[in-house]
This record gives sequence, structure tokens and C-alpha cells, in this order.
Amino acid sequence: MDYVKAFVTGGAICVIGQILMDKTNLTPAHVLVFFVTAGAVLTAVGIYEPIVQFGGAGATIPLTGFGYSLAKGAIKEVQTAGLIGALTGGVKSTAGGIAAAVVFGYSMAVLFNPKSKK
Amino acid sequence: MDNQMKQQYNDYVKQKQPQPALVKNLLWAFVVGGLICDVGQFVINASVSFGFNKEEASTIGVVVMIFLGAFLTGLGVYDQIGKRAGAGSIVPITGFANSIVSPAMEFKREGYVFGVAAKMFVLAGPVLVYGIATSVIIGIIYGIFS
Repeated sequence: MDYVKAFVTGGAICVIGQILMDKTNLTPAHVLVFFVTAGAVLTAVGIYEPIVQFGGAGATIPLTGFGYSLAKGAIKEVQTAGLIGALTGGVKSTAGGIAAAVVFGYSMAVLFNPKSKK
Repeated sequence: MDNQMKQQYNDYVKQKQPQPALVKNLLWAFVVGGLICDVGQFVINASVSFGFNKEEASTIGVVVMIFLGAFLTGLGVYDQIGKRAGAGSIVPITGFANSIVSPAMEFKREGYVFGVAAKMFVLAGPVLVYGIATSVIIGIIYGIFS
């Protein structure tokens, strides 16, 4: 059942992205920025948490989930550490993902060469 | 007269422009996006069964998906998937990894500092800037109003 929920939730989020790309002139870069920001804002107003509870990875693996982690981390840290937590919480909770993106991104780019375009 | 011709020309251009097959695109995005999330769910479930707590498992899921996205981009497989899947391959975190590796690989000849390392963040940079900035603003607002 986990997998059905994750599939439907993740698929639906991607469909929203596809509609934005096809129906407006937004580039993929704009869509990515929009999704991360939207994920953070929806988390702050309490809408995204129930989606995560329902969809699991279907809600955390799309880029909105990155925004979710950032916002959730910032709020959590403010609760425990005070206002300084606004600066530390978001990056702290996403540190694993960011460091992985830097390390894997760099090493793969060094290791591989672009395939010739056909 | 002039306006009429312009109008006619615009209509002509519109007619000849390739119309994206919306329904087909949406279906591809849904299926591929859903499948990628299922892979993530599998990694998370596996991590939980190895004794990690929910939060750790979620991080492991993200890290593994970033690795897969970066690796498949290096192999040239991810861009093949992306041709069909559109947003289905862009919106998941694997697409974020793809947006890092693709330009970094492309600009390797410009060196390892200004080529690879700088170009890694052509797309990922804006995502981090807006994402982190939004989270800081949210944290401040939350801190003030609670």
C-alpha cells in the first residue's frame, strides 16, 4: 500500500510540473525553483505535512520535499534554539542531501564524459 | 491591411507550431515520477527494516536517489528517460542531481574550478538560494509569532 500511495502522490506532483511546463513558458529551472519554494511555504502553513504522512516518499522525493525538509528544519530549530535556529535549522536538516549532491555530482561529472548527441 | 497580414501570419505560425501532446506528456510524467518515488520508498522501507529511524531513513532515501540520479546522468541514461518523461524526471530529487551533473560534465574542458565546480550550480544554485532563503524567512516569521 505504501508503494501505491507513493506512486500516486509522486506522480501527481510531477503532473503539476508537467502542466506548468507545457501550459506556461516556464523553463525546467523555473519549475524547480517554484517547487522548492512552494514546498517550503506549504509546509509552513501546515498543508504539506499531511501530504507527507499520506504519500511518504511520493511527497519527500520530489523537490517540494526538499522545501518541506528546509522549512520543517527551520521551524523545529526555532522552537529549540530560538531565532538563530531560522538560520541553522533548514540547512541542518537537509545537510545530508546537499553534501551528497555536491560529492556525487562532482565525482560523476569528473568520472564520466557527456555522450555525443545524436 | 498591414494588421490583417500580421494576423494572418500569426495564425499561420500558430498552426504550424508543434503542439505538445499534453495528455501523453502528463501520463509519462505521472508514471515515471511515480516510479522514481517508488524506488525512493523502497530504499526508505529497506532502511527502516535495517533499524534506522524514520528521519534517518528519509535522509538515506534522498542520498541514494541523488546518487542514482547522478550516476545515471553520467551513464547518459537519465537524459534518455527525460526525453519522454519531462517533469516526471525533472521534479524528483534525481532530476536535481541530473541538473548538477549535466552542465558540470559539459563544461569539463573549462577546467575543474571554473568548469566542473562552477557549472555544477548553474541550475542547482537557484534552487538552493530560493529554498534556503524561504526557509530562513519562514523560521523568522515562526519565531516572531510564536
